[in-house]
Amino acid sequence: MVTCVNDAIYPGTGAAVVRLLRRLGVDVDFPQDQACCGQPMVNTGYLDEAVPVVRNFVDAFAGYDAVVTPSGSCAGSVRHQHGLVARRAADPVLAGAVADLSPRTFELSEFLVDVLGVTDVGAYFPHRVTYHPTCHSLRMLGVGDRPRRLLEAVRGIRLVDLPHADECCGFGGTFAVKNADTSVAMGSDKARHVRETGAEVLVAGDNSCLMHIGGLLSRNQAGVRVMHLAEVLASTEADPGGAR
Amino acid sequence: MTHTFVGMPPFPVAAREALADTQLRHNLGHATATIRGKRDQVVAEVENWEELRLAGAAVKDRALRGLDQHLVQLEESLTDRGATVHWARDAVEANRIVVDVARRHRVDEVVKVKSMVTQEIGLNEALQAEGIAAWETDLAELIVQLGGDLPSHILVPAIHRNRAEIREIFRSKMGGVGRAAPSELSDDPAALAAAARAHLREKFLRARMAVSGANFAVAETGTLVVVESEGNGRMCLTLPDVLVSVVGIEKVVPTWAELDPLLRLLPRSSTGERMNPYTSTWSGVIPGDGPQEVHVVLLDNGRTRALADEVGRQALRCIRCSACLNVCPVYERVGGHAYGSVYPGPIGAILNPLLKGTGDPQTDSLPYASSLCGACFEACPVRIDIPEVLVHLRSKVVDGHRDDRIPKPEAVAMRSASWTFAGGRRLGRAERLTRLGIGVGRRFGAARWTATRDLPTPPKESFRAWWKRTDGRLDR
Repeated sequence: MVTCVNDAIYPGTGAAVVRLLRRLGVDVDFPQDQACCGQPMVNTGYLDEAVPVVRNFVDAFAGYDAVVTPSGSCAGSVRHQHGLVARRAADPVLAGAVADLSPRTFELSEFLVDVLGVTDVGAYFPHRVTYHPTCHSLRMLGVGDRPRRLLEAVRGIRLVDLPHADECCGFGGTFAVKNADTSVAMGSDKARHVRETGAEVLVAGDNSCLMHIGGLLSRNQAGVRVMHLAEVLASTEADPGGAR
Repeated sequence: MTHTFVGMPPFPVAAREALADTQLRHNLGHATATIRGKRDQVVAEVENWEELRLAGAAVKDRALRGLDQHLVQLEESLTDRGATVHWARDAVEANRIVVDVARRHRVDEVVKVKSMVTQEIGLNEALQAEGIAAWETDLAELIVQLGGDLPSHILVPAIHRNRAEIREIFRSKMGGVGRAAPSELSDDPAALAAAARAHLREKFLRARMAVSGANFAVAETGTLVVVESEGNGRMCLTLPDVLVSVVGIEKVVPTWAELDPLLRLLPRSSTGERMNPYTSTWSGVIPGDGPQEVHVVLLDNGRTRALADEVGRQALRCIRCSACLNVCPVYERVGGHAYGSVYPGPIGAILNPLLKGTGDPQTDSLPYASSLCGACFEACPVRIDIPEVLVHLRSKVVDGHRDDRIPKPEAVAMRSASWTFAGGRRLGRAERLTRLGIGVGRRFGAARWTATRDLPTPPKESFRAWWKRTDGRLDR
């Protein structure tokens, strides 16, 4: 699954996932019927509005061995919120489809480490990098140190610790708009911690968080790029761009 | 000297004002980081912390499941031990009971043990209206009371104040209500504590009536429990002749043995101590020792409403440790006042709507006062899934507006997004037409986004369009 944010704003992340998974021998498809996981509706309280979105999601991915998404947040939503939406719809067929699909839905680092059993994906990325573990990857999914283990195996990389890494960047979906001032206060602190590391690149597993932190870094002309984990892992000596 | 949370603006407005106060942000950042550090350290010492959390949650759940029976048993055991039990449906009834006891004894002042529930019902203000002065004896509560301020933290109500500010409050206000602070008072913590001690000692020895809450109420033994750090509570519980304890009905624990996990979880989560310095327990009247007249007011004030909410009822497990406040990135930036209640932070964001019901703009803003980062759930010693309850309460807020004649722009946007997101082809068309990601952003107020943050430039081709064009071949 390529999330709606990745699809519309960061297509390079989707391409990086495809390149990476194919390099590891996975047969990748992108069902055109997929749209959104429904998290924006659920998290804002619009449960009725989430029902058709979740229904579309389970229909689009029925019949695949695994659904892989470059987003801890969306994977978390599928695993922890789709059941709630199915209950709201009071539809046993939907509930059954959700129960069937949720355990087969993986965030990228989980899929690589747990399903494919690799930590060295053969990547090359000669840059100074710091990693932000996004809240939903960290707490909702519990991906633990999987992304870090993947990054540590990248050749040429210089990984530096991010101070206060576990603290939320303040994105939080509609929180970034409804409580814009608080969101920016949190994001500014995160951007400051990123700058303090002296890293050239901030990496995370969720483009929406990176859009928020990156937007603040760019406004302050901090000279730090933001990149999705998938793009770093897709990057090789032969193809340093990593994506298409 | 009385302030009230009544009429507070919705969270985003109050938060904006708080964010502009750089001193406040500095005080809060420093204080919460200190408590967080202490908590992390002592929690890490406990090998089976996760099992302890599960045990604590199980005790509270059992108590809540049979709440009616446990409360009746509590009343019986308390009455057997010489206490008088009162039932109060709401704040007005509870305050009336306390005022009546004070009047019967013709007291014009009472000393108070730090208690969240008496703040919830506005007891001090109700007593003041009857000409009865209520003196807070907890150091931080004293600072808040003298400063004519509002509490901003459950455990450390004056967390938003630094030492210099406290010194100023003591110097200018103590003399007006009792023993004055020394004129050469410094802002050294020991000196500040000594000034408070001398000021309070006078009140402990003079007052004939005390008011407390309770951290726990044991049904089988009729025992109330207060845990504290300063010993002021013990003074209030033993010196005056009359004691009134106001207890929320969710404080019941069925048996004495079940206090065990709770008394181990609370201090480590709350003050970052292995054990709190003082644990006081009292059961009714003991002739010739301690208060000779003991009243217990069992208060509902919205608790049965919260209990009726299947998802939200877990909030009644709360033991008021404030661990969720100390780890919350939102609380750390804006402080407690922005929540418009004595219960601030993540727990306040769910407890207030559960107790009061949704429908008021201030209450309805609280479930949205979170980025859903989940740090609160991780820190909660009784495993209240605060993010889950926040999302559930957001849906109640939204459902409360489903019949609005003119829907909010957000509801219109969500309905249209729901339609668009319910099919890949629809989404593809929307992306071609509007570059949806940015477009949806604009509908939610991209101006508010771009005032402080840059937006990425939308790509020429969405992933979907690229895949369709190339069938996923990366070389095209």
